[in-house]
Amino acid sequence: MTTMDGRGPARPLLEVEDLVQTYRVPGGTVQAVSGVSFRVRRGETLGLVGESGCGKSSVAKALVRLPAPRAGRVRFDGLELTSMSFARLRRVLPRMQIIFQDPVSALNPRRRIRDIVAEGLAIHGVDRAGIAERVDETLRQVGLDPDLVADRRPGEFSGGQCQRIAVARAMALRPELLICDEPVSALDVSVQAQVLNLLERMRAERGLAMLFISHDLAVVRNISDQIAVMYLGKIVEIGDADEVYRHPAHPYTRALIESVPVPDPTAPLGGDALRGELPSPLEPPRGCRFRTRCPLARPSCADAEPPLTPIGPNRSVACHYPLVT
Amino acid sequence: MSSVMQPAPPTGSAAETPPTASRAARRGAKLPLWVGIGWIAGLALVALLADVLPIAGYDEVVGAPMQGPQLTGEPLGTDAIGRSVLSRIVYGARASMAVGLTAAVLGLVVGGFLGLLAGYFRGVVEATIDILAEVVQAFPPLLFLIALAAALRPSLASLTLALAALIIPSFARMTKGSVVAQSSREFVLAARAMGASHWRIMFREILPNALMSIVAFSVVVMALLIVIEGSLSFLGFGMPMPYPSWGGMVAEAKDRIASHPSLTFIPAFFLFMTVYALNTVGDHLRRRFDVEQSQL
Amino acid sequence: MNPTTTTDPRPGPEQAAGPDRPPPLLHVDDLRCHLPTRRGLLRAVDGVTLTLERGQTLGIAGESGSGKSMLVRTIMGIAPRAARVSGEVRFDGVDLRRLPAREARRYLGRHIAMVFQDPSSALNPVVRIERHLTEGPRHHLGLSRAAAREKAVQLLEQVGIPEPRKRLRQYPHQLSGGMRQRVTIAMALACDPALLIADESTTALDVTVQKQILDLLQRIQRDRDMAVIMVSHDLGVLAGRTDRIAVMYGGQVVEEAPTPTLFAHHRHRYTAALLEAIPDTARPRHSALHTIPGAPPDPVALGPGCRFAPRCAAALPRCSTDVPHLEPAGDDGHRYACFAPTGLRERP
Repeated sequence: MTTMDGRGPARPLLEVEDLVQTYRVPGGTVQAVSGVSFRVRRGETLGLVGESGCGKSSVAKALVRLPAPRAGRVRFDGLELTSMSFARLRRVLPRMQIIFQDPVSALNPRRRIRDIVAEGLAIHGVDRAGIAERVDETLRQVGLDPDLVADRRPGEFSGGQCQRIAVARAMALRPELLICDEPVSALDVSVQAQVLNLLERMRAERGLAMLFISHDLAVVRNISDQIAVMYLGKIVEIGDADEVYRHPAHPYTRALIESVPVPDPTAPLGGDALRGELPSPLEPPRGCRFRTRCPLARPSCADAEPPLTPIGPNRSVACHYPLVT
Repeated sequence: MSSVMQPAPPTGSAAETPPTASRAARRGAKLPLWVGIGWIAGLALVALLADVLPIAGYDEVVGAPMQGPQLTGEPLGTDAIGRSVLSRIVYGARASMAVGLTAAVLGLVVGGFLGLLAGYFRGVVEATIDILAEVVQAFPPLLFLIALAAALRPSLASLTLALAALIIPSFARMTKGSVVAQSSREFVLAARAMGASHWRIMFREILPNALMSIVAFSVVVMALLIVIEGSLSFLGFGMPMPYPSWGGMVAEAKDRIASHPSLTFIPAFFLFMTVYALNTVGDHLRRRFDVEQSQL
Repeated sequence: MNPTTTTDPRPGPEQAAGPDRPPPLLHVDDLRCHLPTRRGLLRAVDGVTLTLERGQTLGIAGESGSGKSMLVRTIMGIAPRAARVSGEVRFDGVDLRRLPAREARRYLGRHIAMVFQDPSSALNPVVRIERHLTEGPRHHLGLSRAAAREKAVQLLEQVGIPEPRKRLRQYPHQLSGGMRQRVTIAMALACDPALLIADESTTALDVTVQKQILDLLQRIQRDRDMAVIMVSHDLGVLAGRTDRIAVMYGGQVVEEAPTPTLFAHHRHRYTAALLEAIPDTARPRHSALHTIPGAPPDPVALGPGCRFAPRCAAALPRCSTDVPHLEPAGDDGHRYACFAPTGLRERP
């Protein structure tokens, strides 16, 4: 599924190395992302999972420099984005688009759908005739009839339809990488499936690479080739999606999987809930960051921070006592 | 300190009465929207067409002084030196509308622009604009105006400029707040992620969303300006002498309020109605905007 | 009360008591909530009949716009002012809708409490946690300040908030989202209500925190033998945590059954579609998910016939002309309203 169609060992479309992002807050400086590395190949989806506050959205925004990361490298198709001038970055941005969580807030309520979808094209100087044609084509691709929707405004549409429009706005630029920041979390289960199917179809038809961010492993699992699990600004486990889901190596990954509600009243409710809450990123725990909530923590976990260590082909985990070795 | 936070329980139920009462009062005291719009539109039309209407000039003596309203002849009567009250009201409308509207528009454009810059760029730009705004607002408004009017020699233009300067800070603040709120919304992020320029984001994405509340505010400000202009004229710092203004007319007639009340009440009535109508329209705009916002 | 709409002849001690059997804790009869809008009459709730026994948990499922939130709001008597409400809401035998507003208010917060979706907007940002928790008991139960404070500490302990005495002095923004939702639950529990209504109260939370909150609600419900109405768009959330589930569509209940029956032997096509839309982690990677085509009906322009018919794959000609009514199926109080039910064969 992730073969390079005879293109050989092509370099990954997106390479992120040691990404660090910090924000200033009233109590000091928070390191929202502390040294995250991953790669996404063309046509492949990486699912990035974690609780809110783990830094996954900061990763997404740092990739497109909203704002630029504090340290680390982001290479897109071999181009180093972090050190690039804004003028050059503007020419690269159309190739990587981002979709946000709240479809209603993501669309300007005062503009017509036609203008919203055309926004990127207009910014990048496509001529009027070209814009009109591309807007209609893209709206049709996301399953909306341009004649019915193009002249209306976002307020007239449901959340699911708004998310389709947001997908259309991103896809109008024909990007190679789509960054989806919790694109279905605000939607009903029944509408979630529609949007996920749409994204999946876009990926299959356009050979799109995706970075798919969500707090819900059940959602990520189906559309991802790889899954990376984040906790307090770090990746604690990364690997093949099926492997990670079937045999989680990190206790946190297992807790996330057990938290997914099972649509079966006869199934056991699955283990104890994860204790407590995400510690303050202002002062992350010493040693392993997860130890304060880990059901398997031992005293030695406080001594040293476990590095992300390979435990198999394309599989790494950051735990002193992994569940799978 | 927790005692401060804890009013006795019955206040919960008692507190429900005042809001209802005041809401009813507000609703009862409201003009129908069409009356408000009609009044302002009619007044604007009359003020615009004052020169071609079949009325006397504002400083023309048309008859005996201090005639009351008449069925034939002068419908609103004449003033202390025999000028037509009707013409003076009409030309006064011109002054009030011109000063109020121009100053409000000036304040909106300049203050709105500064607020947009401050709210979008924040940082140094915001700090600089804030300091300027505070300097202006630190003066008591009436003193500020009287000082300016004295320095500039009263004229339509100087009065308008002075009033505009007075309200620019309010517009800047108000716009800034609205822009800051809009800037954090995701469609602004989306535009930035597509490589949109600052100007494009400010004028295409943010301003249209902030505009409605600013316009509603400017209508209410216009009412306020007309009152201020009236007060200035009443105090003798308004429009230069023979030119009529409603505030000035009230001032001239105030000594004769007992013997000739109509001379005071007619301009006062027009002043009151205009302010009332503007407030009604402004309120309506603001409420419509609130509803739109809450539906987002 | 219409005898054909009474539900759930549940075998139990109450029934054994014969004619002296106490009334159910909550009985909603033909409840309607219509909102006049510029486009016409919006039928948010359109004839709902439900019964909830003491100590039971009822799930209400449906997509946004199905009327589930408006239903619980109408039950609570907090529908919008302009709404036209009809029908009965009998709480412990008393029709709340016939009570004078002053008396009906006494039930709210005292006997019936509600937990909302968004904990941040349910708490007043300038009021300390202590006052949030003490106001209700002091008002409804007439506790002294000191007694109310002690109760608040106990409540916070019960909902699993560490260092309760310190928390009392804090403001809502000093707590995380999960903690805030725990505080709103503590607020709802403050007067020992007999019925707790949780309206999408975990939807805005992470899955991990959602599980914590759901576990907490379940524990409290068992400890206190309290009745709970849980509203959610996610049948997965309701699966292991409710006794019965009512599925709503277009302002009406289209199917209601004990939870195991609903999952194993649902009859309504909409229930089937909702269940299929839940992401199934066992299916192969990149395979398409089941979706429900189309969108929920416009509550201002409801056609004749079954409201789900335009989106239903199994719709018969009569589905778009005749209205299906809730019919009993089996002896466990299972009811559904469908002319072309699914899964008839599997039913023993």
